[in-house]
Amino acid sequence: MNIHEYQAKQIFAQYDVPTPRGIIANTPDEAVANAKELGGDIWVVKAQIHAGGRGLGGGVKLAKSLEEVRTLASEILGMTLVTHQTGPEGKLVHKVYIEEGADIKDELYLGVVLDRAREMPVIMASTEGGMAIEDVAHDTPEKIIKIAVDPAIGFQGFHGRELVFGLGITDKNEQKKMIDFASKLYKLYMEKDAEMIEINPLIKNGAGDFLALDGKMGFDDSALGRHPDIEAMRDISEEDADEREASQYGLSYIALDGEIGCMVNGAGLAMGTMDTINYMGGTPANFLDVGGSANAETVAKGFEIILKNPKVKAIFVNIFGGIVRCDRIANGILEATKITDVNVPVIVRLDGTNAPEAAEILKNANIANIIVGTDLGDGAAKAVAAAKGA
Amino acid sequence: MSILVNKDTKVIVQGFTGKEGTFHAEQCLAYGTNIVGGVTPNKGGQEHLGKPVFNTVKEAVNTTGATVSMIFVPPAFVADAVMEAADADIDLAVIITEGAPVRDMQAAKAYAVKHGMKTIGPNCPGIITAEECKIGIMPGMIFKKGNVGLISKSGTLTYEGANQVCNEGYGISTAVGIGGDPIIGLSYKQLLPMFEADPQTEAIVMIGEIGGDLEIQAAAFIKENITKPVVAFIAGQTAPAGKRMGHAGAIVSGGAGTAKEKMEALEAAGVKVVVSPAEIGKAVAEVLGRK
Repeated sequence: MNIHEYQAKQIFAQYDVPTPRGIIANTPDEAVANAKELGGDIWVVKAQIHAGGRGLGGGVKLAKSLEEVRTLASEILGMTLVTHQTGPEGKLVHKVYIEEGADIKDELYLGVVLDRAREMPVIMASTEGGMAIEDVAHDTPEKIIKIAVDPAIGFQGFHGRELVFGLGITDKNEQKKMIDFASKLYKLYMEKDAEMIEINPLIKNGAGDFLALDGKMGFDDSALGRHPDIEAMRDISEEDADEREASQYGLSYIALDGEIGCMVNGAGLAMGTMDTINYMGGTPANFLDVGGSANAETVAKGFEIILKNPKVKAIFVNIFGGIVRCDRIANGILEATKITDVNVPVIVRLDGTNAPEAAEILKNANIANIIVGTDLGDGAAKAVAAAKGA
Repeated sequence: MSILVNKDTKVIVQGFTGKEGTFHAEQCLAYGTNIVGGVTPNKGGQEHLGKPVFNTVKEAVNTTGATVSMIFVPPAFVADAVMEAADADIDLAVIITEGAPVRDMQAAKAYAVKHGMKTIGPNCPGIITAEECKIGIMPGMIFKKGNVGLISKSGTLTYEGANQVCNEGYGISTAVGIGGDPIIGLSYKQLLPMFEADPQTEAIVMIGEIGGDLEIQAAAFIKENITKPVVAFIAGQTAPAGKRMGHAGAIVSGGAGTAKEKMEALEAAGVKVVVSPAEIGKAVAEVLGRK
């Protein structure tokens, strides 16, 4: 689960990770009131969406008067912000964060993420703050410092020294501040079960203080049960409505661009089915894993969600029953044809547990739209042909 | 022969009396797995599915001589269960539970490694030595005994692959579902040499997917150490980039993690890579036929 910048900064504050002061606003009036409360004569108006690249997309603007705060907040609230991470459809801005202006002397990058190969968190830092870190990693990988921290020993002095010498920080007072900053960030990462934290940029101001100018955080979904404070930060408007609806039924759904709807059990086979459709010259319309507890109701729901997409010209149901019993899926398909108007060909391949019973159920139902696939390859080929013929 | 488990392996079940534990332990017993007991705190002394229940893993191990534990406890208790198994000198823990927090698994795995305990999973179908021992949740009937070893991150692709191999007239020695979580126990790199050393296994199928770099590590290992033919499929060639993957997470392995990259690395290591999982069976027939 991801959260907004302003929420990340609330968590930073709990851990004494320094940030500029700021207040969240839902309306231009609130934005102006917040700016007054913060004081000073320069403010930053920042769109709050779950995507990077907001500045380049026009979602982060500098205001030099309260009137300008109002104008910019009015422009940004309600705009559809398109960045390299939102996709071409962009994201609607519901909130702006009003933050005091900062005196930027230096821009750095600091993040914490799980290093899967080493199986421990790794602190990543770079002197190239403010740039897309993927570009830095690609163009100048030597400018990224990676410091793995074994949770068995936690963040030690040597990790801190590696960090500050790597960043070329020579002032002893600044070294101390940076080490303190990173150790708090690591503590937060561990205690809150974060999946990733990214501060880009982390700035040094004129006084030699380090501040998190931005903040991006994602959390381990499996650990949210023990963090009700984080769960409470969930912003439903940031999530895809269909994906969310599907998840309420235990279905894992992701929309794609193609024409063949897919309903599969297991994430691996679901991806493998998409790959097979692609390999045979078709295009998958979605990823859909019905999970291990699929029943008639969830299958019917799956059909409903797939068919919401007007581009779908055929549906390929590919089930290899282990825990999932094929007869239940077959009944679900019949159920779906009663509840929803299934107006495209449905290619069904059911193998594994109770497959013969399932074949019998489908045969007896005698529904015109249903085409039986004998195996994965045969089913995919028939789905591709059906989509082309439609 | 086979790897890791066979008909003589003594198995206990942690989370024995729960709904999932009961259902699958029953299936494993029916398959012929030598389940010698189970562990559920505060139910010690009872009998379940005709086997003794113990309060602790230590007690279960001391009484039964079990060397393998199959773990079905709820996600929040997985780390505790794995560490208890390691502490009780279990040799191999097979963790079926889905949804264990990553931080918990990090700590549990580190502890297991320190105690010399191997782990499989979490969030996996388990391990099966065909017609001898099933420790997990896979449908046993599709695994016919034979000479192909199988390693897969995905449960249903394990079934798909095994089924195709058997339909081609071959069979499975041992199949291991290693799971697709960010932190897992035994991986390709540890399992490949076991299959290489197993006289029954003549070919190896490895099924991977996008994310992480375990398949890239496997490719480098295969190139240097594996002489038996390997067939591979990597799921997710058509998966959209960035979905479910943290922004910063994408750079740690320096761009590694796409299906294309993994397929290229495996091909360069001499592996027969198939573009669709529908081709796994045919590819196995081809590499075994060529021998």
